[in-house]
This record gives sequence, C-alpha cells and structure tokens, in this order.
Amino acid sequence: MRTLYTWVCIFITVVAASAGDVLIALAMRRIGDLGVLRRSRGLSAVVMRVLSSGAFLTGIAFMAIAFFSNLMGLSWADLSLMGPATASLTFIVSALGAKFFLGEDVDRRRWLATIFVCAGVLLVAH
Amino acid sequence: MTIRKFLVLFSVVIFSPVGDAFLARGMKQSGAIDVHHVAHVFAAVASPWIILGIACLIAGMANYMTALSFADLTFVLPATAFGYVTMVLIAHFWLGEHVSLVRWAGIALIVTGVGVVARGPSRTGETGEALYAAASREENE
Repeated sequence: MRTLYTWVCIFITVVAASAGDVLIALAMRRIGDLGVLRRSRGLSAVVMRVLSSGAFLTGIAFMAIAFFSNLMGLSWADLSLMGPATASLTFIVSALGAKFFLGEDVDRRRWLATIFVCAGVLLVAH
Repeated sequence: MTIRKFLVLFSVVIFSPVGDAFLARGMKQSGAIDVHHVAHVFAAVASPWIILGIACLIAGMANYMTALSFADLTFVLPATAFGYVTMVLIAHFWLGEHVSLVRWAGIALIVTGVGVVARGPSRTGETGEALYAAASREENE
C-alpha cells in the first residue's frame, strides 16, 4: 500500500508542479528581466510587481499543493525516489505546457535535452 | 549568457537540492505519516530541519524566478536539472542513501541533457514587453 500512496503523491505533485511552472513562467515572461527591473526601480518594486501578478499567485497556489504532496511522499519514500520520479514526469508535462500555453519554440535541441534529462532522472529513480 | 545569468542558474542548482535534503532529514526524524492522520504533515513544519529546508527552497525559488524572467521555461527546466545531480551527491554523502551504478548512469544522461540545451538560445517566442502589451490590450477591451 505504501508504494501506491507514494505514486498517488507523485501524480498529484507532477500535475500541480507543471501547472505552477507554466503559470510562474507566464508571470515572469510578462514582467520581464527581474535583474534589470531591480537595478532601475529597486528590490521593493520587483517584489510588488511579482506579488501583484495574478498568474504568479495562482502558480504559487499550485506549487503549494505540489509541496505538501511531495512532503507527504517523503515521509513514505526516500528523497532519491520521490525527487527524481516527480521531476522526470514534470519535465515532459511542463515542456508540453510551455509549447502550447507559452508559445515557446521547443525545437529538436530542446526536446533532445528534455528527453536526456527525463531519462537520466528516471535512471536515478531506479 | 552573461556571468550574472550563469550565477542565477548556478544558485538554483545549489539551494534547491540542499533545501530538499534538509526536508528529507526533517521528515525522517518525524517518522512515517499515517494515511489516516494526513494533517500530521503540518505539525512536521515546526522541525528546525524543515524550517531550514524551506528557507533554502525560497532562495532557490527566487533565483529560479529570476532565471524565468530572462529565459524560456524549456531552457531553465533542463538547465537547472543539474540540481538532481547535486541532490544525488547529497543523498549519497550526507543522508547515507545507496547510489547504484544505474543512478550514476542517470547522472551522466542529465549532464548530457544540460550540455545540449545550454548550447541553444535561452529565449524564444514573444518577449516580455510584447506579451505584457498584448495582455494590457486584452484587459482594456
């Protein structure tokens, strides 16, 4: 049963983390380079700009779901299983999200890198 | 890729896995959580290891968001995957978890993937300014 609970946690973590990734990336893409913004307007302006973004706040809510789901999984399984397993699947789901929702040019090089990393992470989870 | 941008990405691959390792350490101390007492997971947050872990994860997150502000998600995700290499090293040397040959092979694949993506462009699609303008136009309509 412990294995089933672990994989349920992994599934919830993957879906929530991917949604969070895409929404936070969307927020950051709209705001623009945080380093440039900090130099011209200061750190408080950066914090205000980020915290007033609806996409960012929704993304953080999804990340919170992923965080507690991951924390529960860690109490049943090793970090070296939970971490890589959730990550490998999140790479694929997030890459699809970035392509369809963010309009990123996911070319052959990027799919190759994503597949290498995903396969590597799967082996690490073995 | 400027030195500033490289340092931002480098911070992500250090802070995030260290934070995860602190969390694992804290959860191991609290013991396995019974599925009928799921709410106990919130009590674990009081452990110093968990607090330290959360602090590191926040630092990792701030750098990760900065990276996303100047690079694509499909660039940042594979590039910061190097953090899993850091994580396995920590799990092996600090938490005392066993790392098999297969896992070391996985690490080699991740490093290859990071190398592949790092040679390409870091930003594609519409720029932040163009997207922001499009979003404000939609709001005004």
